[in-house]
Amino acid sequence: MEIYWVLGIPLAGGLFLALWGNRGNAPEINALFSLLTLLAAAALTARIVAEGPIMVGDGWFFIDSFNVFLVALTAFVAFTTALFSRPYMRIEKEHGRLNDQRLRLYHASYQIFIGAMLLALTTNNMGILWVSMEGATLATVLLVSLYRTPASLEAAWKYFILCGVGIAQALFGTILLYFAAEKVLGAGGTALLWTHLNGVKEQLEPTVLSLAFVFLLVGYGTKVGLAPLHNWLPDAHAEGPTPISAVLSGLLLNVALYAVMRSKVLVDGALGTDLAGNLMMGFGLLSVVVAAFLIKRQTDVKRMFAYSSIEHMGLVTFAFGMGGAVASFAGLLHMTMHSLTKSAIFFAVGHATQSAGTQLMDGIRGLIKTHPTIGWSLMLGTVAILGVPPFGVFASEFLIITTAMHEHPWATPFLLTALGVAFASIFGKVQPMVFGETELPRLPHQPALTPVFVHLGLVLMLGLFIPPYLADWYRQAAALLGG
Amino acid sequence: MALSYTLQVVNLLAALLLLIAFAMLSQRRIAGLVTLFAWQGGALAASTAIVAWSTGQHHLYYSAVLTVVLKVVAMPWYFFRLIKRLDVDREVEPMINIPTTMLIGIVLVIFAFNLALPISQMAGTVTRSTLGIAMASVLLAFLMMITRSKAIPQVIGFLAMENGLFFAATSASYGMPLVVEMGVALDVLVGVFVLGIFFFQIRETFDSLDLKHMEKLKER
Repeated sequence: MEIYWVLGIPLAGGLFLALWGNRGNAPEINALFSLLTLLAAAALTARIVAEGPIMVGDGWFFIDSFNVFLVALTAFVAFTTALFSRPYMRIEKEHGRLNDQRLRLYHASYQIFIGAMLLALTTNNMGILWVSMEGATLATVLLVSLYRTPASLEAAWKYFILCGVGIAQALFGTILLYFAAEKVLGAGGTALLWTHLNGVKEQLEPTVLSLAFVFLLVGYGTKVGLAPLHNWLPDAHAEGPTPISAVLSGLLLNVALYAVMRSKVLVDGALGTDLAGNLMMGFGLLSVVVAAFLIKRQTDVKRMFAYSSIEHMGLVTFAFGMGGAVASFAGLLHMTMHSLTKSAIFFAVGHATQSAGTQLMDGIRGLIKTHPTIGWSLMLGTVAILGVPPFGVFASEFLIITTAMHEHPWATPFLLTALGVAFASIFGKVQPMVFGETELPRLPHQPALTPVFVHLGLVLMLGLFIPPYLADWYRQAAALLGG
Repeated sequence: MALSYTLQVVNLLAALLLLIAFAMLSQRRIAGLVTLFAWQGGALAASTAIVAWSTGQHHLYYSAVLTVVLKVVAMPWYFFRLIKRLDVDREVEPMINIPTTMLIGIVLVIFAFNLALPISQMAGTVTRSTLGIAMASVLLAFLMMITRSKAIPQVIGFLAMENGLFFAATSASYGMPLVVEMGVALDVLVGVFVLGIFFFQIRETFDSLDLKHMEKLKER
């Protein structure tokens, strides 16, 4: 039952906010709907933890440990982002960059976007998964171009066309999957249900499935931002409003990777080889290396952290590609850590760019003097994402790299070099932004930094101590991924 | 006997689909492109309906009706209106000249037929031989997206790609489950609507729908 609340609340929220318009309290209503979604997701999570995997609505929705963990994460980050966006968007409006009409579009699309992602996570139908992934893209196209600057329009166009072409590949992959499935399961709606497919995965035609997986990986991989299909990602992250950068980076990329993983489980069963894993390792490793070296050349702070997202998603893809209990566990942990840390960083960066009036790193200096809390949250977030102990990113990266050393030693030099380069470039660029010398004007509204500290607090806690029930949960999810 | 006769009609329509894909590649005017797109939708709907009739797959009728409503009537009408309101129907020179594009297109068709061969041998449908054509029209639409620099031709290329994918689904496995087809159609419809808004934004900012102006964001 909870599942209908999880999906219904954001949808209702989107419709309501579209009709309500941007009255003075629209940001609070947005946050309220996100809070209700979070509560529903918490109830759903509690039920899955207590009862194990469930199927709802004639098998249309399927929730197990793997996707309920992403549902909880999505609802949580969506809520904190809504909190952050309250003062942030008010300041943007006072700066004259937005008007009421665009804020109305923003709030309505925000809820629809969250709803589409939650639908993608909970649906059992591989076709509906595709439809909701595309829906999530469409909901954010006009948000990326919200400022109507030439650069933001270009970014949104690129986002639409590249992701559209990518997702068309995924549709072809889904068609091939259905083609293989209807031979075994018979025609009709049930042949695309993941649970049905999972039951007969050994009988699916291997040639067709391997071809299908290539298309699905390329298609959904475009949305994950895997190199060399990552071109849209830095632009969309840099030119859209910061709350959107936070949810694109922290949530949408995870959901796309979730789609790849669901396909991988099927293909692994049908093929009985490592083809899918090897492909993912290749794409993952390439993304880590390419992104790390591109980070070095960035001058725009949001672009830099967007490339860092590519790097981390590459690392997670690599971990899932290796497979096995430890690597899958580490991949899931890293997914969580990256979502929490990266969205926290975007919150801090958002306020930093607002006070400096520019996104160029050269223009942002001495945050620690003018805005100590923003400065500290940016510094702590950066330290956390770079994998400095005791933050949780260290734990997951450590697990991924030790597993790689053990099972695929050839990959470790690439990984270590890339992580080293990324560390040196990001830290070297953030340090003067926080500790340099200048005077920046104060912000008109109190910045919302509670979400930053909540996120970083969680990341710190998980780095020091993972509660046993959470570890169990991750282990179960890792086992579902074929660990 | 009846089956082989309808099969020939389906094959004819498939050939028509491919021909229209080539015609799109060579079309210079945007309005002409929209007309061709409507014809392609018509060929797709007709072949879907014939397959539905000859094999008794009733859900394909809905798919055919959906195609007619969306891709033959609604979208071309919307595009014509956009062209009029944005006043963009002039001759457009593609980035690569047309004979070269056609030659690349022929290579793509051969590639598509080779790629589709192993799959179509496995398919149990009567229409399996058209799978190669479906893949070829997907690739040709993709080529059109690459070689055009204006916004509307790129979107029509994208939609033609969707046509090719639907045709592939029909010929390989008699279409997708109905709910998925409805979902895809909804996405396409919302997508076109969003793009309509988007075109006006682009025009307002750049004074043109030529995407050559959009070359600021590069991988530095």
